[in-house]
Amino acid sequence: MHAKKTKSILITLMSIVIALVMLAPLVWLVGTAFTEPSFNMSFIPKTKFTLENIKYVWNAIPFGQYYINTLILVIVTFSVQFITSTMAAYALAILDFKGKTVIFAIIFMQIIIPNDVLITPNFMTLSELGLTNTKIGIMLPFYGSALAIFLLRQHFKSVPKALAEAAKLDGATTWQTIWRVYMPTAKPAYLSFAVISVSYHWNNYLWPLIVTNSPANRTLTVGLAIFAKSKEANMQWANVCAATFIIILPLLIAFFILQRQFMESFVGAGIKE
Amino acid sequence: MKKTKKIAALGLAVLMGAMTVLTGCSGNESEKDGTLHLTFYYPVNVGGDAAKLIESACEEFNAENPDIVVEPVYTGNYDDTVTKIQTAIQGGTPPDVFVSLATQRFTMASTGMAMPLDDLIAADEEGEEYIADFLPGFMEDSYVDGKIYSIPFQRSTEIMYYNKDKFVEAGLDPEDPPETWDELVEYAKKLTTDDCYGVGIALNSGSAQWTFTAYSLQNSTDGKMLMSEDGKEVFFDTPENVEALQFWLDLQNKHKVMAEGIVQWTDLPTQFLAGEVAMIYHTTGNMANINSNATFEYGTCFLPGNKQMAAPTGGGNFYISSGISEERVQAAWKFIKFMTETERAAQWSLDTGYVATRQSCFETDLIKNYYEEVPQAKVAYEQISVAKPELTTYNAAEIWRVLNDNIQSAVVGDATAKEALKNAQKEAEEILADYQ
Amino acid sequence: MKKTKLMGSKKEAIQGWLLIAPALVFMITFTVFPVFRSIYLSLTKYQLGMAAPEFIGLDNYIKLFSSDLFWKIMGNTIFFALITVVPSMAAGLGLALLVNRKGKHIGFIRTAYFYPVVMPMIAIASVWMFIYMAKNGLFDQLLVSFGFEPMNVLSNKKTVLPAMAVMYVWKEAGYMMIFFLSGIQGISGEVFEAAKIDGATGWQTFKKITMPLLAPTFLFVTTVALTNSFKLVDHVVIMTEGAPNNASTLLLYYIYQQGFTNFNYGMSSALTVLMLGILLIVALPRFISEDKKIHYN
Repeated sequence: MHAKKTKSILITLMSIVIALVMLAPLVWLVGTAFTEPSFNMSFIPKTKFTLENIKYVWNAIPFGQYYINTLILVIVTFSVQFITSTMAAYALAILDFKGKTVIFAIIFMQIIIPNDVLITPNFMTLSELGLTNTKIGIMLPFYGSALAIFLLRQHFKSVPKALAEAAKLDGATTWQTIWRVYMPTAKPAYLSFAVISVSYHWNNYLWPLIVTNSPANRTLTVGLAIFAKSKEANMQWANVCAATFIIILPLLIAFFILQRQFMESFVGAGIKE
Repeated sequence: MKKTKKIAALGLAVLMGAMTVLTGCSGNESEKDGTLHLTFYYPVNVGGDAAKLIESACEEFNAENPDIVVEPVYTGNYDDTVTKIQTAIQGGTPPDVFVSLATQRFTMASTGMAMPLDDLIAADEEGEEYIADFLPGFMEDSYVDGKIYSIPFQRSTEIMYYNKDKFVEAGLDPEDPPETWDELVEYAKKLTTDDCYGVGIALNSGSAQWTFTAYSLQNSTDGKMLMSEDGKEVFFDTPENVEALQFWLDLQNKHKVMAEGIVQWTDLPTQFLAGEVAMIYHTTGNMANINSNATFEYGTCFLPGNKQMAAPTGGGNFYISSGISEERVQAAWKFIKFMTETERAAQWSLDTGYVATRQSCFETDLIKNYYEEVPQAKVAYEQISVAKPELTTYNAAEIWRVLNDNIQSAVVGDATAKEALKNAQKEAEEILADYQ
Repeated sequence: MKKTKLMGSKKEAIQGWLLIAPALVFMITFTVFPVFRSIYLSLTKYQLGMAAPEFIGLDNYIKLFSSDLFWKIMGNTIFFALITVVPSMAAGLGLALLVNRKGKHIGFIRTAYFYPVVMPMIAIASVWMFIYMAKNGLFDQLLVSFGFEPMNVLSNKKTVLPAMAVMYVWKEAGYMMIFFLSGIQGISGEVFEAAKIDGATGWQTFKKITMPLLAPTFLFVTTVALTNSFKLVDHVVIMTEGAPNNASTLLLYYIYQQGFTNFNYGMSSALTVLMLGILLIVALPRFISEDKKIHYN
């Protein structure tokens, strides 16, 4: 028993040490964001505490605007995905009709090919539609989500047919049936997908970078990158850390509060992805 | 079942609705109130608050011209801005007026992105006088096939900053900086210590080609630079250029007076300010930063020459997009002239460290007082007389990349100086083949 | 194959297609169509200043295959995939085993392992760029304080990709962890009990029971990790832009560069098609197994 206890303590110790290593960059980031810049970086800041960096970047970069843009993107994208995917998943799970194979082929295609690699042709399409430098342009490619359809379809399939039949007998329309019977059972799937969708679009960079030209449409990530890459500033790191801190804060807070939900969502979505 | 159709239709309607609303509120501002809205893209490559200065200048212009509203759009550093302008034009929403690298002019002209300004200048009463006032060293890279495509704005040149305290420590005269390559090596050797390199040159992409322009010019006797004046040919692999690149490699490997590998453009001033390198090649655009943060006596000087003295110019010029309405063109022209007014150009130079672009600027009290206060800044102006445009060709971005990549391949030891430049020449010729 | 019941009524078909239409329209426009468009454009010359693409057959591919740079970039991409996928999976599995316990602090530990996953790569890269900065950076300062020479890892062709990989593994290990964790927890407890009764040591149990039973998870996680390593290049944009001498240029970054710096749409499309080919190969095993599932249930 003694050996076992020692082993258990060792494992705990090791997992804590690794946890501290994993946390180190975050600790350094926060430390640097809130202290005066110095020439040589050190893990534990040796300079005075200050809010100047945060103040400076908040005034230098229109973060307010970028926050609003990002929020709009994240919310509208998810809302549209919510509607289109629910409808599609219902059709695929419940209804019986010819041509489903083609639809599945398309769904698989999207699952295999992330939108990230189709930047060139999609940008051309967007220019032809006259939607470059618009928020809608950033979102459009994501309005049809294979992943969401897939997740929801599996949940819808598990709903007993009898429940739906009963609702129909009560005179419910198809839409009402979806609303009352199918959607409530798929709550976990919706939640999972919400987490995935929101964190993906909050973090996405390359596509919004290509599509946007002006602060009116820039996302937080694009704004941060522009700032981090500005060429001739001195001892930029304190400011970049402050800017980074500002943009990761909401997502990190959400994560620390809802960490279990986050992890489950990523597993759920990943497995079915 | 009909209900479902309705639902589907409703769903589509909601989507379309969402699309229109969002497109509507995110599209370009149209002229609702009868004013003319101009979009103006600009990069900020220097530290300090250059973006703020440009914004306030635009506000001033808008106040003076109630019928025009210029909307400044900050588009990142130069590389990002070049990309963004081209993307915007490809996407069908070009900015009306923009600042981009002077080196972009061949691309801008050949693809019809920017318009020639000669007619505007001719129609303007003060046009000829206005153009004649710009420093010839800057005006030189505004022409494509004899036509003026751009107006100098935030222009810089590369100078040497050196740490006078280190000079004293090393037994060198702080008022007598190196003037030749040989002296550079000699000084750098004396200045190199365990924790300080003698000399620093940034060799990252987007910077190496700039300093290399200087070395190429300094080593040239026949006036041949890196490229032909029409931007259709490059001369990367001449023996003089190979020698120039070899000199860099020697600084790192033979003399050990420069940090090995690739030092980033952005890191170099910090290392200089931290006393980790005694002499650096950097832009005048960094003057404000170094002047306010240096904790030691620093000096500036011309870049050391070899067969001749030379330096590169760089930086951004104003362009007007082609294909916009006559009314917009006129407004854009007015805006450009406003931004380059003598007093404003002088103030802009003071605030940022860019070199004032017009001869008349140097007659102003602003500049005169400034040079008295910060004599280091004067070097940049004086050096313009020996400065030449940096590497400028058709497809400039790609050609830059080719030269930079190959310079780096020599620096990291993948190729000799000769091989690297031969390869760069070959790759560049392939790209330029379309323009012959 | 289970025989599906007779096709539903015509009405049901109309209803089905209408319901699926909105999602389908977007998926076709932004996934199916661009794939075919890339294939077509890859056979054309289409670059800055050209009004329309010009058919040139396989020239773009021939140019690519005969270019050293292309092979270097392919080499980088595969090398980066290897040095990120294998370590992040190994780390993920290790972490999963560490946190597959109950206890007060386990929640905290899992959170610490997982949080980098939810951070944007662009933010992580901006911060790590300074960690890796030459001389004054945190990493070099640490080296110096332990008496080593500073390494300037991002400027050295040998260390630039490994340095990025360390950051990448730090970000992805938590993601891999949760898959393995759910895989392990999916294994019935009785199996472990039986092993214990037979007197198996921890290592034996792991080798003989855990590993084989996790095989499907392995297959799945491999495809996810590979796909991720191909599709994420934000760090290249921020940290190096491909330097030194393209030692850190990855395929998707090259697509971006050809498409949006050089505006060579033809070449960018040819690269896109090659990328699609790679993704297809990576996904093939999964595609086949999933395909079966769909038809059978």
